[in-house]
Amino acid sequence: MGGESNGQVIFKAIDLKKYFPLRRSLKEILTFSPGRFVRAVDGVTFDIRLGEVFCLVGESGCGKTTTGRMIARLLEPTSGKMLYKPTQETLSKVPPKYVDKDGYVDLSQKLPKRIDKLLRQEIQIVFQDPFGSLNPRMTVYNILKEPLIVHNIGSSEEERREIIYRALSEVKLTPPEQFMERYPHMLSGGQRQRVSIARAMILRPTLVVTDEPVSMLDVSIRAEILQLMLDMQASRNLAYVFITHDLAVANYLCTRIAVMYLGRIVELGPTDLVINNPQHPYTKALIAAVPEPDPSNRFKIREVPIKGEVPSAANIPPGCRFHPRCPYVMDVCKRDEPPMVEVEPGHFVACWLHAKH
Amino acid sequence: MLEVKGLRTYYFTLKGVVKAVDNVTFSLGKGEVLGVAGESGSGKSTLAWSLMGYVPPPGRIAGGQILLDGEDVAKMSEDELRRKVRWKKVSMIFQGAMNALTPVFTIEDQMAEPFIIHMNMTKREARERIVELLKEVGLDESFLRRYPHELSGGQKQRIVIAMALLLNPELVIADEPTTALDVVVQAQIMNLFKKIKKEYNISMIFITHDLSIIAEIADKVAVMYAGKVVELGTSEQIFLNPQHPYTQGLLKSIPKLRSKEKISWIPGTPPNLVTPPPGCRFHPRCPYVMDVCKRDEPPMVEVEPGHFVACHLISRR
Ligand SMILES: Nc1ncnc2c1ncn2[C@@H]1O[C@H](COP(=O)(O)OP(=O)(O)OP(=O)(O)O)[C@@H](O)[C@H]1O
Ligand SMILES: Nc1ncnc2c1ncn2[C@@H]1O[C@H](COP(=O)(O)OP(=O)(O)OP(=O)(O)O)[C@@H](O)[C@H]1O
Ligand code: SF4
Ligand SMILES: [Mg+2]
Ligand SMILES: [Mg+2]
Repeated sequence: MGGESNGQVIFKAIDLKKYFPLRRSLKEILTFSPGRFVRAVDGVTFDIRLGEVFCLVGESGCGKTTTGRMIARLLEPTSGKMLYKPTQETLSKVPPKYVDKDGYVDLSQKLPKRIDKLLRQEIQIVFQDPFGSLNPRMTVYNILKEPLIVHNIGSSEEERREIIYRALSEVKLTPPEQFMERYPHMLSGGQRQRVSIARAMILRPTLVVTDEPVSMLDVSIRAEILQLMLDMQASRNLAYVFITHDLAVANYLCTRIAVMYLGRIVELGPTDLVINNPQHPYTKALIAAVPEPDPSNRFKIREVPIKGEVPSAANIPPGCRFHPRCPYVMDVCKRDEPPMVEVEPGHFVACWLHAKH
Repeated sequence: MLEVKGLRTYYFTLKGVVKAVDNVTFSLGKGEVLGVAGESGSGKSTLAWSLMGYVPPPGRIAGGQILLDGEDVAKMSEDELRRKVRWKKVSMIFQGAMNALTPVFTIEDQMAEPFIIHMNMTKREARERIVELLKEVGLDESFLRRYPHELSGGQKQRIVIAMALLLNPELVIADEPTTALDVVVQAQIMNLFKKIKKEYNISMIFITHDLSIIAEIADKVAVMYAGKVVELGTSEQIFLNPQHPYTQGLLKSIPKLRSKEKISWIPGTPPNLVTPPPGCRFHPRCPYVMDVCKRDEPPMVEVEPGHFVACHLISRR
């Protein structure tokens, strides 16, 4: 866990943005004021390598889910690029004019339906809520059959049954025949999350976005789901984007961590470096705030070096968006957005303390 | 100050009796903080409601005693509870309360109500006391005229905490008071609880599924599983020398930020409380299960002063 992954880069996000329009007040309409936006994701750049668990962490509302949904192509970016390198098998079916010289397909271009479907099959998502994300009226069998039908997998019902059987065994819902005919309400939270994972994995994706997959589960069963995810990665060639607000889980599971604040990545690097040698004042504060099961902690005040709370994404401060809360704020911070700087190999920080000005 | 003996709180539902709190015993001294840990559905909130004499139907206290300064809360009438206990002696921060503030009232109006009703204070006197309390929880006077939707999550939680302190209770019960908050705000709120604990010398029952949060505040810990307290002891005993297989499993399942220690899990899921497993309720998930566990309920045994464990591994030793 958290080891080095030297896999090839299969996904690149370049200056990705997603703005949601805010409802305008009557006054704004009458005075023809320009529409205002929630800048949910405001220019993020990162790449994802085969074999790694790439983690997006940050507090509520920082844009993790929005980023994940763009990667899984459930949301159209407002601007920016997403480049994806398909498997050899899929690549052989994509006309060369859609592929760049390094083998990446720009997902923002208009693609033929057939090709688009093949690419979508390779990028899947597991949602946070094991209660809301499964159709309550469908049996487990039908929930898993649906993606097979959509993507024309399996030529007969028998063959599909066989695939579903294997998918359920893989997520350890065994014996599978006992689970196939159940409805979601007849499953525990952990079992439901296994069905969600099976549904994402049944299409044999190479990139899987998992949005807080264990945060609604009881602590005592979380590790089992995390281990299942790691086992599936070991037996297949795939990459995870793991979304979480829990730094301890990120530390346990992830190869690299990207820390988000108000729609931007403020720090990115290998897990050990980000956790043990954090450089951005926000990352430092986040880490200081995490409680640990050590009873001597009750005799100390936990010093968290930042004040206040995250401002609204509809009202992002100018310059460095963290500056109103930063203990090291300088003049330049209030004026200019800090660039991403590589402070040690693979470790990037967006903070004026680390950039020339 | 508080002594709970053999408390049973059951929900009498159409599908059967849910034994949400089943034979729970513990005590709490002045100025002490008891942490109650356990998974979802283990009966933590039901225990808290029982102490307030406030169990929602179809639930009721079916047995046992809740001795508060020697008086049994479990036997009091609704009227007595209202006059003597609720908010004055025991107050509670309900699970999710920060999202239940009345949207059409200003903070001052929400907070003044109990003073005017319970203490016959004038509006002016109430305001003075409220400003004092707001200051105590880190908010200034300007919050008096604000509405809940104008506050952040952390600010709302501070208001809810201030409200629990209004009538100077001896015991504050906090049910998952930081669960919906981000980690930075959570740390700020925990610091506030630490300050209150120190300044007021108040007793607290701190309920959460998160053992790391319990370690931040609790002097004693009760671990609940399926309606029962399976282990009870000082924080040091529970965290550093856990004896019940469930407590041990729970502690091993927490990922840590400052180490890469391998975590593990407890197989299976908690039982349904209408038909809990016979014998030890944990036996279907226990790695050490023996025949006796499936048959007989393990008694609470004191393994060292103040450290109680309900497990046959201990009682047979
Ligand atoms: N469909 C939408 N319309 C308008 N605003 C949105 C929409 N979806 C998200 N937002 C806003 O965009 C910002 C980022 O939201 P997002 O759900 O991506 O955050 P998150 O990091 O996943 O948070 P959480 O940890 O709470 O899940 C928030 O301010 C949110 O309110
Ligand atoms: N009004 C009710 N009617 C019937 N059963 C109930 C009622 N309220 C709670 N229960 C049941 O009682 C048991 C204990 O519930 P309780 O809310 O006390 O658990 P908890 O430990 O607080 O859980 P959580 O961590 O989810 O808040 C559960 O099995 C629950 O389903
Ligand atoms: S060993 Fe102790 S606690 Fe156990 S099943 Fe047996 S238990 Fe229950
Ligand atoms: Mg989210
Ligand atoms: Mg509860």
